[in-house]
Amino acid sequence: MKNSKEIILKINGRNEKITVPSHRTLLEALRETGHVEVKCGCEKGDCGACAVLVDNVAIDSCLTLAWTSEGKEITTISGLGTPDEPHPLQAAFRDLGAAQCGFCTPGMIIAAQGVINDNPAPTDDEIRMGLSGNLCRCTGYAKILDAVGHAASEMRKNGEPS
Amino acid sequence: MYGEFKLEMPQQLDEALALIAEDPAEVLSGGTNLMIELRARKLRPEQVVSLDALSELRGIEVDGNRITLGARTTISDILRCDDMAEFGPSLLDAANLFAGQMVRNMGTVGGNIACSSPAADLVPPLMSLDAEITLVSSKGTRKVALCDYYLSYKKDVRAPSEMITSVSWKKLAKNSSNSFYKLARRIGDAITVTGVAVTLTMDGDRCTTARIALGAVAPTVFRATNAEKILEGQILTDDLITTAAQQAKAQSSPISDVRASAEYRLHTVGKLTHRLLTQARDKLV
Repeated sequence: MKNSKEIILKINGRNEKITVPSHRTLLEALRETGHVEVKCGCEKGDCGACAVLVDNVAIDSCLTLAWTSEGKEITTISGLGTPDEPHPLQAAFRDLGAAQCGFCTPGMIIAAQGVINDNPAPTDDEIRMGLSGNLCRCTGYAKILDAVGHAASEMRKNGEPS
Repeated sequence: MYGEFKLEMPQQLDEALALIAEDPAEVLSGGTNLMIELRARKLRPEQVVSLDALSELRGIEVDGNRITLGARTTISDILRCDDMAEFGPSLLDAANLFAGQMVRNMGTVGGNIACSSPAADLVPPLMSLDAEITLVSSKGTRKVALCDYYLSYKKDVRAPSEMITSVSWKKLAKNSSNSFYKLARRIGDAITVTGVAVTLTMDGDRCTTARIALGAVAPTVFRATNAEKILEGQILTDDLITTAAQQAKAQSSPISDVRASAEYRLHTVGKLTHRLLTQARDKLV
């Protein structure tokens, strides 16, 4: 394909080479390299399922071009924690029943981490505002908001770097 | 998913300006609008020029009496600015109700202005602050009052070789009130049905300056200048505010769409203009 080139994306701390055309989104590039934990929902910035952290800021990977993501730190949900060593947000979502079908969960947790990076002690309203770009079609919002509040307070207690 | 295009990622503003001077191009800032248009094939550019590397265009500066936002300043940057409640209360109101977190982190002031949507939420606040934008091309720089920028639906005075690099305004005069109200079908992440931004400056009980900027109720965001004229130089009685609100309504020409009927939009322009003017007066007098 014309307008293709090899780029190096730093995903969850590892450099990965991929050859993509200029019009490829970061979402498509991530899923092509096996990072299917990043979900493809609306592809127009409404649902937040594709959220990833780029240099610690939550963005929609469907609205970002892969080429412009070179040289930046990309973090997906898998970069936050593992089943054996879950991140406090992942543990809180598990323990407080904040995931139903689970499709929105990666984006929700990334958006929540984005909120906490900005403000380690968000109020309920600030959490709501921070998650207003994430849709949950199971509509399990109450437990999601509880889990984020709980995780934020756990992270403050443990003095975890945000 | 997208049509193919040549993607340029200039490292310097001069380089970006040279690129858009040579060949027609779409300028990519935050991408929260342009990427959607590209995907829907509403736009099929040969060339896209990404401003991603131009960090010089991002930031909030205060020089004496003037506040300047670089075009690449994001909605989140506005929210993080401690002094925004003083510099531009209406702009802060709009940023607080702007889309969702990720879009606020990506979307930029310049992009919101340049997309020329009548529902661009930063525009009524900026217009109510008498903001001016800086347009730069490889041939030079010009300043345009934001209220003179839009020509018709998605049409503006920007030439293809020009780029918005900043937007600036004068600090609010003493004894001023400035606010924005966004009416939408829900609070978070929704497109505006009716947007009203108001600035009032009072000298005692007399109004010296009035600005009323209306969004999503005409082909472009615009100032309800007839309503402003009714108020300036006058003592703001309830009757006068009612007349001004009716004028704002008379200057609007909304359409019906999936979000609201034209009739409802007209009704709410009148009501919201009345409400914001009354609140501003009561705060100042």
